[in-house]
Amino acid sequence: MTERVKKQKSGQSRDTPTISDAKPATASGDRIKADLEDMLDEIDGVLESNAEEFVKNYVQKGGQ
Amino acid sequence: MAIPKVCGIETEYGIIVRGADASPVVSSTLLINSYLGRNQNLIGWDFGDEQPGNDARGFAHDGYDPEVDIHLVNTVLTNGARYYVDHAHPELSTPECADALEAVVYDRAAEEIVRRSMKLANDNLPSGAELIVYKNNSDGKGNSYGCHENYLVDRNTSFPRLAAEITTHFVTRQIFCGAGKVGCETLLHDGSVGFQISQRADFFEEEIGLETTIKRPIVNTRDEPHCDPAKYRRLHVIVGDSNMSECATFLKVGTTSIVLSMIEDEALAHIGYLAHPVPAIRQVSQDLSLGSTVLLNSGLRATALELQWSLLEAAQKYAVSHGLESVGEEVGQLILSRWEDVLTGLEDDVDSVADIVDWVAKRRIVEGYAQRHSLAISDSRIKAIDFQYHDMRIEKSLALRAGLRVIVDPSDAERAVTHPPDSTRAYFRGTCLQRWPESVVAANWDSVVFDTKDEALTRIPMMEPLRGTRRLTEGLFAKAKTPADLISLLAESDSEY
Repeated sequence: MTERVKKQKSGQSRDTPTISDAKPATASGDRIKADLEDMLDEIDGVLESNAEEFVKNYVQKGGQ
Repeated sequence: MAIPKVCGIETEYGIIVRGADASPVVSSTLLINSYLGRNQNLIGWDFGDEQPGNDARGFAHDGYDPEVDIHLVNTVLTNGARYYVDHAHPELSTPECADALEAVVYDRAAEEIVRRSMKLANDNLPSGAELIVYKNNSDGKGNSYGCHENYLVDRNTSFPRLAAEITTHFVTRQIFCGAGKVGCETLLHDGSVGFQISQRADFFEEEIGLETTIKRPIVNTRDEPHCDPAKYRRLHVIVGDSNMSECATFLKVGTTSIVLSMIEDEALAHIGYLAHPVPAIRQVSQDLSLGSTVLLNSGLRATALELQWSLLEAAQKYAVSHGLESVGEEVGQLILSRWEDVLTGLEDDVDSVADIVDWVAKRRIVEGYAQRHSLAISDSRIKAIDFQYHDMRIEKSLALRAGLRVIVDPSDAERAVTHPPDSTRAYFRGTCLQRWPESVVAANWDSVVFDTKDEALTRIPMMEPLRGTRRLTEGLFAKAKTPADLISLLAESDSEY
């Protein structure tokens, strides 16, 4: 019952169309890490000023 | 062979008004009417063919009449989309798209339409009042609203088999298309879940069923094909989150299109069925380590990531054995490569996919902000970040500041605001509305109704999603100077449009 399904990861490479600004995931991961502090500075500047009121008043009717 | 995976996305948006009293129905109506008032004549929605009580398992339920409310705005746009008020939310359904990449373009266009509507609506409000729209799926207080996907599937495919085989994907795909949520909204929640992968997982209580607003099922059985019911089904998928990341939307629709094609071609039989899908969808959502295992019918256990690797490997083999024509060969190869990239990233270093996966992007902001200001996850400022990630205002959106990778050319999204896709019957619908808005009295997914000032209205049925395309009807529109011309050209012709 506890045996795990063996992970089957493909190593094959293929010719695939690319998206113009695509970068390898790890390289952009490094960039993102370096940018985190700048991002938080910017986010600090746009956050709702009264978070408590905002969160309390954000009430929706249920939908689908 | 699998049939083309024509697809579309319907999104219900959250809506609030500050500084004025307005019910959500009133504010949603104001939002949509503000857009229509500026942009086009009001075209009615034709409810004639709606049967929301029909169940894909082969029976019909009473009491599921179409929600016809003449007071609620419900219209069709020149890009072929439906824009309306549904359950006290503004909702926009994209036109039918030929592939996942096109669906992302029209999802982006939908955001643009909502953004413009919001600006126009606010011009109509007294100063000090503001209407704001959010592309999320819950209010943090137990109320949820959906982002549904639709896929064309072959009527000949056994629905019970389809439902059983797609469930594994629906439970596990959230690891790359979950939008992330602060907190938990299940009834017995004890406060121990600070952040989870999915916005919607808390609200799923059944494996399969017809409901969409209560006791939501992982596989929805609504059998309302909006096209030839002898040939097709429309799989109505209610289990997904609204994505801010274009790449996540692409992966959500793309991987699901391929998995459905594999099911049609009976190429997925060896994928493990989950023993308990409902607890599993919540468990996967709450496991940020991606390390916990779920029980399979076989008695084996597997992580969501392992099950996704199995699905990807089956898809790679399927691409070789059957081809990917049903999802578009080139787009299909792009889906496979992006699918492999995102699983590799999630496995090696979750933060490396913060530019693709919404829940990872949101969690980085939440954790970074909490750390910087020494806040607990239960602090209102953290929940405010969760909501504001989905804020549709450019000046307030956190998603737009999260470093998400962009794949849609802005000029393509801009064109898609007013122009239908060339590739499906939406081209015919949208072009009729662009050319003769004053003569189209109603439209819906499978028909356009013209008033040509004759005694009777003329209804043009469009029962084939891949007819009425630009290639098939451009010549017709070039010849027709009036709707009457169009109708007689269609009647005279032996060709199929």
